[in-house]
Amino acid sequence: MKGLGMRRLAVPAARLGVLIVVIGAWQLATRSGTSPYFLPPSTIVSFMYHQWFDGPASHLWLTTDATGNLLPSLGRMLAGLVIASLIGVVLGVAIGRVRVLAELMEPLVHFGRAIPPPVVVPFFLFLFKIGTPMEVASIAFGVVWPVLVNTIDGARHVHPGQLETARAFRVGPVQRLVRVILPAAAPKIFAGLRLGLALALILMIVSEFQGSTDGIGYEVDTAQTTLDMSVVWGALVLLGVLGVVLNVIFAVAERRALAWQRGSARTE
Amino acid sequence: MLEINGLTRSYGEHQAIRDVSLTVADGELVTIVGPSGCGKSTLLRCIAGLLTPTSGQVVLNGALVTKVPDRLGVVFQDYSRSLYPWMSVADNVALPLHRRERRRAARRQAALAALESVGLAGFASRYPWQLSGGMQQRVAIARALAYDPVLMLMDEPFGSVDAQTREDLEDLVLRVRAERKITILLVTHDIDESVYTGDRVIVLTGGPGSVRAEVPVDLPAPRDQITTKELREFAHLRTEVSRLVRAAKLPEPC
Repeated sequence: MKGLGMRRLAVPAARLGVLIVVIGAWQLATRSGTSPYFLPPSTIVSFMYHQWFDGPASHLWLTTDATGNLLPSLGRMLAGLVIASLIGVVLGVAIGRVRVLAELMEPLVHFGRAIPPPVVVPFFLFLFKIGTPMEVASIAFGVVWPVLVNTIDGARHVHPGQLETARAFRVGPVQRLVRVILPAAAPKIFAGLRLGLALALILMIVSEFQGSTDGIGYEVDTAQTTLDMSVVWGALVLLGVLGVVLNVIFAVAERRALAWQRGSARTE
Repeated sequence: MLEINGLTRSYGEHQAIRDVSLTVADGELVTIVGPSGCGKSTLLRCIAGLLTPTSGQVVLNGALVTKVPDRLGVVFQDYSRSLYPWMSVADNVALPLHRRERRRAARRQAALAALESVGLAGFASRYPWQLSGGMQQRVAIARALAYDPVLMLMDEPFGSVDAQTREDLEDLVLRVRAERKITILLVTHDIDESVYTGDRVIVLTGGPGSVRAEVPVDLPAPRDQITTKELREFAHLRTEVSRLVRAAKLPEPC
């Protein structure tokens, strides 16, 4: 027990140590300021603060640059995620449960998910012109496939005993869907959403590179032409942190929603 | 009354049960015993309307069973699958009541009453996997009871619990039957269990399953795990059933 307790403290401490060493080494190597490409962490953090988080308290300390670029980016990502999740889960359950649909749709699904999502960005740019609809569509396109494929898998492989019980007790179609099929498929659906989350972040940036007048991707794209390294580095760090934070939020939600799964797996 | 006439069910070329005929009176507890693979589960699923018979028919209270009949309670062997791990014990018991009862509070009330009747008051908000196997099977019985069944089908319900728990659950079934006058059909591979719980034991032969013998059980009520099993009649009956089951086994796998 003592060994376990020590381990519980030692691991985070060691991780923090590695982080400090890496950032410290980076700082030492770059503080002379000889390279225009590699900025010291202190400069990056200070830039990020002034660029995005130096605003008035009434705006939650966000600067106008942050409200004009970070918030639109996050909003698009969320919209894309929500739309793709709804489409992916609804279609996925239908295809997973209805054999005829599966036979008709599966080649199409495999074709769709084989397309590298960034390649559809130019198409959506033609379709929607520059702006939020095009970006949301691009994000949704990327996210929908992993959600769809995993939901199909989850909905198809509900244990026969669980379905037979529902039949034996004449559980109606709505209850069967909401209380049996969806929860049974939930672990797979969450796995799909986790993949979708990573793709959403990538497509948010890619679509903003190509067709946007604001957003983090647009900011980086502009900085590229003006050779503004601090924006490039700031966005890089910001997106890394954003990815970590989103993953943590997702993991917490998943743990809560699938608590039963860990519990029942332990006792089986 | 449950009447089964000439029931046959095939899977492709393979006949699982052949020409099974059987009548179960209201309030009767009939046990079905036979070697493994003799089509006991197939028979039960045909009676439940979960499987369509290849030929023959099942008639429950005068109505031909073509789909799952109303007021049928089923207890499956595999409680880990038949209870949903994502629902609390009370929600599991209340799920089948949705169709009949719109009010959530009334459903919950019925679920709690059923849980209490199987000795699980106070476990309503637990999850199935937090309970022992025997307790989970009690939950499954509570779910069937909350549904207020006229016929309860039990498919080797105590096959996966230890001996002591099995005896407790057998007594629970006997008590429930006495209190509620439910007609019960209990499939088992345990000969002692078939004699101890049954008013009548049906012995099935293997491959394809058909009725080999019917053994009426005239043991005095109420039955008791110690005193009933001490009776000479009990020993006679279990020997008789045992002999029939052994004879029913075929040398070939079925």
